[in-house]
This record gives sequence, structure tokens and C-alpha cells, in this order.
Amino acid sequence: MKIMIVGECRNGQILDATYENVAFAEKLGGDSFMFMVGTQAALPKYEGKLYLADAGECGEFNPEAHKQLILKTVSIEQPDLVVFSHSSYGWDLAPRVALALKAAQLSEVVDIKEGAYVVPACNAKLRRRLRPKSAITVVTLQAGAFSPASEPTGQPAIEPVSCDPSGAIEFCGYEAAEAAGVDLAKADVIVSAGRGIGKAENMEMIGGLARALGGEFAASRPVVDAGWTEHNRQVGSTGQSVSPKLYLACGISGSVQHMAGMKKSEFVVAINTDRDAPIGEIADVLIVADLKEFIPILTEKLRAL
Amino acid sequence: MKALVCIKQVPDMESKFKINASGTWYDENNLAWRMNEYDEYAVEQAVQLREQFGDVDVTVLCIGPDRVKETMKKALAMGADRGLHVRDDLGGEKGPLEIASIIAEFAKDKGFDLIFTGMQSQDRGSAQVGVLVAEMLGLPSVTTVVDFSCDGTTVSAKRELEGGVRAVVRVATPALVTCQLGMNTPRYPTLPNIMKAKKKELLSVEVQELLTAESLLTTEQFYFPEKNVGALVLEGATAELAETLIGILKEKTTVI
Repeated sequence: MKIMIVGECRNGQILDATYENVAFAEKLGGDSFMFMVGTQAALPKYEGKLYLADAGECGEFNPEAHKQLILKTVSIEQPDLVVFSHSSYGWDLAPRVALALKAAQLSEVVDIKEGAYVVPACNAKLRRRLRPKSAITVVTLQAGAFSPASEPTGQPAIEPVSCDPSGAIEFCGYEAAEAAGVDLAKADVIVSAGRGIGKAENMEMIGGLARALGGEFAASRPVVDAGWTEHNRQVGSTGQSVSPKLYLACGISGSVQHMAGMKKSEFVVAINTDRDAPIGEIADVLIVADLKEFIPILTEKLRAL
Repeated sequence: MKALVCIKQVPDMESKFKINASGTWYDENNLAWRMNEYDEYAVEQAVQLREQFGDVDVTVLCIGPDRVKETMKKALAMGADRGLHVRDDLGGEKGPLEIASIIAEFAKDKGFDLIFTGMQSQDRGSAQVGVLVAEMLGLPSVTTVVDFSCDGTTVSAKRELEGGVRAVVRVATPALVTCQLGMNTPRYPTLPNIMKAKKKELLSVEVQELLTAESLLTTEQFYFPEKNVGALVLEGATAELAETLIGILKEKTTVI
């Protein structure tokens, strides 16, 4: 099998997703080569051929140009499989490439079983095992599902590739994340609220428990989207990544995106009414209880210590 | 101005799922159904567009069995003008390529200035349909949008990237946008608007009239993952649970 790895570069930096894609190709076995829109100044650590398009010329975000560049590279190398990360870059670009190649696309692959691909369904509660019927296949990989076994090394052999950079979408620049007024990364204890807290007023209860434990409160994405707390307290792939000594997940079902931001916590306690919630897979303790009853009592007992 | 909003009806994700008889999808019986969460933002954005410009006609499209009309009525009650129901009892098992081909076949000669979809569905989560529709129609598409404005001919949008960074982009209409959570605040239909929605046009067509693609995938198995039963599961009286947890935290962590 010949595998084309699509690397990712943002603001001139190689993103970790690149090395996860390499790890996946190594797991599958076979020949691989890489494609990336990036710069000569920051090359990925990779032993093999790298088709490199210049981000200065093509633009870091220019899906039409990137699609053309990938198609051009595919026509030269004739890979069997094109590998993207299931990231804001990959899920945007992969369907464009797959349609042009008449390729089956499998999104958010988490595993390979019996030569078929495993993807999640229904908020990761279920799995599907899928087998492509097309000559060439496009996959996007779930972030964190395939990690490099060791520190990436190597010096790629560059093959320059270029194309007409015009496109209908004009990229006007990046807007930095809101300044993190609260550095959750430094907290020893984080008490985090999910959709299960039910309403904005219950954030006070979460804050109270955090204070009783000498920690910070945080939240999952739905709580931030609902406006119950600020974005600078959001944990997850589009918020902060944290690794406290204790992470208390209150009413958080455990989406992949949320778990990506907190799975390095030393000890995880989940409080949830649903004992099947995916958060149970990475929690050390799962308390099956109504958090509106449980948290006030826990807070009171902690204060009395 | 004409806008199309593509919505999907999905089960409530808290449902107790069962596997269907063929082992390829979930059993669609005895589930509570609702609008795909991402699509609520899509409907809201289209309705806001009409409030901004006045003369915007909003069509909502949904594929599935007759029960999806309930979800379509919610979109009409939120403010969409008309509904196009593509009747397909097997819609749930269709993949992104087939679904996109149906939508593109419907939209190709309608002259929509803007097409809105959710960035993904909650049950299948492929994040492909919106982009595929745009590619099939030869339109530019912007995905994962958390901030949207339109002056009538140009869309300014912010895409959400990892780590909370946003990419600011501009694109001329006609274009397609896939909507990410938090893009706006989807409204709740009011009772008068629910009543009004009952009188709005809601046409049904058969899926065979629009489907032009075949799936390139075979589903070999649909299953519950083996649980890493890492967690110690505690149940019981609340006060005792709190005592037990404090005991565990004293033993296993250094935070108390």
C-alpha cells in the first residue's frame, strides 16, 4: 500500500497532527510520502519524500489551491490512501479531494480492524466498521487516536510543487484566541461544568466546589456556547488543555473534543446521571448521582474538613 | 435573495441506542427525535439574514421518513419560509456522498445565494455533506463558521480552528457555509409562530427523483465499543457517596 500523508502547518509551525498522520501510516505499513503547504524554514521531522508547496505563494488557508496541489501530487505518486487529520484543516479539505478522486472518504478514523476502518457514531457511544469500495481512499484521523511511539526524527527530501493560487475564498488572517485571563494549566484542581448542570445559575455551585478544593472552575464547550461562563474557562480542543492533579467533571458526557483537553489529568472524577457516559472510560471514579444534590453536600463536607 | 438550509433529524444523543437487525445502523424505533444541534444554528443564521434584508426567501430541506416533517416544522416555526421534504425511509443509512448528491440535485437550478448546513451531524459526524454539496454545485464553501455576516453580496466569516484561534475569511455569494456550535443563539419558536408554521408550504418528493450517487463504502459492523471499565462506579445515597469520594481523594490524590 502506498500512503500519502497530508501534513499541517499554521503560522509557519508544524502541527502535531502531522506526526499523528505519520504514526498512522507506520501502523498500516507500506510506502509513504508526505505533502504539505508550508515553508522551507520549518520542515517536518520526516524521513522520506516531501512534496512541499510554499505557504507564502499558495496561502496557508486556500482550500481550492490546496486541493489542486494535492490532486497534482496524487497524479504523480498514485497513492492508494490519502491521510488527513480530522482537524479544521483536514475535514475542510478532505471531501474536496475525495470527490475529485471519486474516492471513498472515512471521517474521524479511530482504529483499523481486519483491514477495515473504525469510526465513531452518536457522540462516540457507538462504532462503525467500514470498508471502502473505491480504488483510492481518503481518511481523516481523530486527533490523538494514533500517537507517535517516539520523538519524530528525520530530514525530508523536498520535491517542490506549485499551482495557481487564485481562489474564491480570501483569507484575511488569524484572530488569536481570547486572552486566557485564567491559566487553567497551572491549577492543581479543576472543577468543570458540562451541559448536565442544566442552567447558568448552577455555575455558582461549581465555583463553590472549586473554592472548597482550592482550585479553579472550568467548563465544557456547550456551557460556554450557552453563555453560562467565559470562553477563557473552556477546556477541550477549542479551549485550553489542562493536566491538574484532580479533575472533577460535573455533568460532562465526555465528547472527544473535551477529553482531548483533559485526558492528561492525574485523577479524574466524573459526576453524571448516565452511567454509560463516555467520560466513564477515562475517569478513575464515576459517581452516578444528580449533581444538584451531590455537589452541595460534597462542598459542605469538604469545608468542614 | 434566496437561502437554502439543509437540516437533519437525529435521535436525542442521551437515548438508549440499540443495533438494528442488519447490524449496520441503530434501530430507529422508540427513539426521541430532534433537530441536529448544528443545524439549529444554520436555520437561525438564515432567518437572521431575512431580518437583515427583508426580501430573503428561506427554504429548509430535510431527508428522511415522514417523521422528519416534525423537525422541519420547528425550522418553519423558527422562521423559514418553505420546506422541501425528501422522503426516504432509508435516509439514515445513506452516507455523505449520497446525501450530498440529493441536495445538489435539488439545488442545482434554484439559484440559491447562500446555502447553510451544520458542520456535521450528531449521529454520523462525517463533516462531509456541506463541502460535498458545494463541490458538486461548483460553489465555494467555508466550514466550521462561528461568526457570520453578509452585506448582500459578500460573506465575512470566522472559521474556528484548534486552540480557539479563528481564521477570518471573505467570499462572494453564491456560497455555502457550514455552521459550528456557538455561531449565534438559535431562537425558540413562539406559539404564534408555531401556529403560523402550520400554514407554510411543506412539499414532499421521493428520494429516487433526486439521488444521483452510489455509496463507495460498506458498513461491516455497527457496535458498542468495548468499555475500558477503568472507572470505579459508585452509586447510592448522596451523603454516603460524598464521604466515600472524600476518602478516595485523601488516599489517591494529594489535593485534600
